[in-house]
Amino acid sequence: MAPRVQLSRRRFLKISAGAAGAAAGFSASGLPASLLGSDGEAGIRTVPTFCDVCFWKCNAVATVRDGRLWKIEGNPDDPLSHGRLCPRGTGGVGAHFDTSRLTAPLVRREKRGEEEWTAVTWDQALDEVAERMLTIRERYGPEAMALFSHGIGGTFLKHAFKAFGTPNLVAPSYAQCRGPRDVGFELTFGEGVSTPERTDIENARCLVLLGSHLGENMHNTQVQEFAEAVGRGATIIVADPRFSVAASKAQHYLPIQPGTDIALLLSWMHVLVTEELYDKEYVAAHGFGFEAFAAEVRRYTPEWAWPRCGIDPQTIRETAREMARQSPATLVHPGRHVTWYGNDAQRSRAIALLNALLGSWGRKGGFYAPSAMDIPEYPVPPYPKSERGKADNPGHRYPFASGTITNGIREATISGEPYPVKGWMVYATNLLQALPNQAETIRAIEALDLLVVVDVIPSEIAGWADVVLPESVYLERYDELNVEWFKQPFVALRQPVVESPADQKPNWWIARELGLRLGLEPFFPWENVEEYLETRLQGAGLSLAEMKEKGVVKGPKPPIYYEEGLPAEFFTPSGKIEFYSTQLAEKGFDPIPRFEPPEEPPPGAFRLLYGRAPVHSFSRTQTNPILSEMMDENEVWLNADVGRRLGLRPRDRVRLRNQDDVVSQPVAVKLTERIRGDCVYMVHGFGQSARGIPAHHRKGASDSHLITRYAVDPLMGGTGMSVNFVTLEAV
Amino acid sequence: MARFAMAIDTTRCVGCMDCVVACKTENDVPEGLCRDWIVQEARGAFPDLRLEIRSERCNHCDHPPCVHCCPTGASHVESFGSLVEIDPKLCIGCKACLAACPYDARTIHPDGYADKCTFCIHRLKEGLEPACVAVCPTHCMHFGDLDDPASEVSRLVAARRNHSLIPEAGTGPRIFFLT
Ligand code: SF4
Repeated sequence: MAPRVQLSRRRFLKISAGAAGAAAGFSASGLPASLLGSDGEAGIRTVPTFCDVCFWKCNAVATVRDGRLWKIEGNPDDPLSHGRLCPRGTGGVGAHFDTSRLTAPLVRREKRGEEEWTAVTWDQALDEVAERMLTIRERYGPEAMALFSHGIGGTFLKHAFKAFGTPNLVAPSYAQCRGPRDVGFELTFGEGVSTPERTDIENARCLVLLGSHLGENMHNTQVQEFAEAVGRGATIIVADPRFSVAASKAQHYLPIQPGTDIALLLSWMHVLVTEELYDKEYVAAHGFGFEAFAAEVRRYTPEWAWPRCGIDPQTIRETAREMARQSPATLVHPGRHVTWYGNDAQRSRAIALLNALLGSWGRKGGFYAPSAMDIPEYPVPPYPKSERGKADNPGHRYPFASGTITNGIREATISGEPYPVKGWMVYATNLLQALPNQAETIRAIEALDLLVVVDVIPSEIAGWADVVLPESVYLERYDELNVEWFKQPFVALRQPVVESPADQKPNWWIARELGLRLGLEPFFPWENVEEYLETRLQGAGLSLAEMKEKGVVKGPKPPIYYEEGLPAEFFTPSGKIEFYSTQLAEKGFDPIPRFEPPEEPPPGAFRLLYGRAPVHSFSRTQTNPILSEMMDENEVWLNADVGRRLGLRPRDRVRLRNQDDVVSQPVAVKLTERIRGDCVYMVHGFGQSARGIPAHHRKGASDSHLITRYAVDPLMGGTGMSVNFVTLEAV
Repeated sequence: MARFAMAIDTTRCVGCMDCVVACKTENDVPEGLCRDWIVQEARGAFPDLRLEIRSERCNHCDHPPCVHCCPTGASHVESFGSLVEIDPKLCIGCKACLAACPYDARTIHPDGYADKCTFCIHRLKEGLEPACVAVCPTHCMHFGDLDDPASEVSRLVAARRNHSLIPEAGTGPRIFFLT
């Protein structure tokens, strides 16, 4: 289906003329001429760069054959990928060839959300955005503009927004993903888990995964090290309501009842404490409040946990003892997407405490300390300071929020409290799929004076925009340097491999052009991004030429474990590992995590669980021609016995209806032994609704659409999303 | 003459399909077709389950029925590594080989000839591994000469429990799944 884009003949010509390499317009095949490699370039050319299909940012080498992008492979020098990209990275070339890409700036013609556009020039689009941003600032102050941004590509836009004077810079990766985990670890060790996770799976002798489905979730280094651990016979313990791929590699699979992980964790800790299997020396040297903690966990016998989480006492004891046997090289993985039940920061804290008992924080095979190279910033003037502060967390009602809360900005936009938020710019994140309760997101959008979306495809969020700015994909642009915090520090360059097929522009250019129009010249002293990059690199004794050739340069590797001389420092109020948290107690929260039973699904209903597939990133890759061929729709996993009782046959199509009577698109049922009978599971990101996305890429059902209910984490404002119940209706 | 083979460690494989994607881009495999694919086989009842994940493709058989039935000689055994290959110029697209292959490893290319995994012979000749082997993030795939007892493949097949697919067909398949 052709995107509903109105291109007048004149405008079309204007756009074509301005697009590099696309002067010939469209070929008979419907592909822009520049995609066909007709530029007369012959032979093979390789270009190092780094991947952007997810935030892991693996270093890669792209190959161009006869002027046409051919393939992309891992850079052998890359500490993250070791020369092997994940399937999404390997299929990343499809992003360049995606025929549903946005090709020109668009301005809304009809009501918001109707997806009726007029194509305009970049000058027109940016003039309009700047003018409306300045009006908003004049009326409501600079804080009335918020930027939602995901990934390294947003760096220059963040810079422009900070210079504009707003502190409301936010990403769903905090309150809809890893935020609770970082807060749980910050409260315990004084530091978060960081990205890439500081988990030393490579050296773990025992790996415990709670719902973390490595192997389906393809964060490259994690999966490579996981396979390594399996290969060398490490003990793998997996607790998951679903028999995940990771569960199939485990010696111990614990089919836990959804939402009861804290009961299991408390009872594991009970075994370690009462059987005196914990690392006594480590706890004595670094622990704070251990006595109170020990007294509390004594109550949580495996017999107490059994009826609560469904795992029998013998298995709990056996697995706890195995963890102790392999400690400190026992890693209880903190997970990443952990916004499940609204008590997620406390569950993460329980995971942190279990690791603390095992002495794995700061130790080989546990959690290492990452470091980064010192690459000086490009000198710019200080950003203006906001008097009013951020809008997301008025009165610090979520006292332990260490990041900006997306849903807090959404609430402020709807209510106008603590002050009006009137404009959003959204970069590289599909807020309609990323945030729970789509109706609430749409309510907020309707309260806006301005919504600008910078994207590569006509995504659902772009469908609601007033102005859509088409970005070049990562294979066509420079970006900010990746100065990575990792066990092996390195700096990496993203550089263009091929030209954009139409009038798409890189974000650094968009940010600068917008900045100049907003009167922010002093903040954009560089003429172009090469100059910016060169200045930063030279500050560190490197050069752009060297980086363009190598793609990645490693720095010196400092000690990463206590064993190697890393000092044991904890940035908590007590300066120790907080088994008992005084800060939590002072704010009226449980100083030691407690178990609260989750709400049970009503009779006949199932808890809706969701997760990842190895060939897609969120809802951002469904139009990639290569990746969509690998998986073009999701399925709803249902326990085979339960399905048969409901009269369903494999691959029958059903609709899911949630507790609020929201009904999904039709989706195929996967009747499988690989899941408990009280929940269903689907891969996130499918069943999109944007009309600009061709129908064959909109297949499957959207979990986000069904996630109308969410439980807010009282510690940090994250949104627990595994709290929705669905029934199945045959189509 | 070398006899190239693969040993694929199913205990490491996570079924991520990187091998499928890498093959598609390396070999410009047309849309809708693939030369390798993933099979997931679950056995047992929840929660006592076993899952075998296999990356499958042409077995480059010792006794290839596709070669024996080919009327034009398009399907043939290369002297290089004893690989089973297809010469598109000789192929008339009669599909006899598609019917003869017990592994369903062959498709018809839109240009009219039979198509399948080549073990990336073009890469092997440059001293590279097949694209699927080289990309695998779990390092579950091993490639080498079965006639060389010192090769990694020979050693793994000798040392580890393994099975091949439909050995009873008598084709002598050369992909071994380590379990
Ligand atoms: S993990 Fe995969 S998608 Fe993410 S950056 Fe690495 S190769 Fe790209």
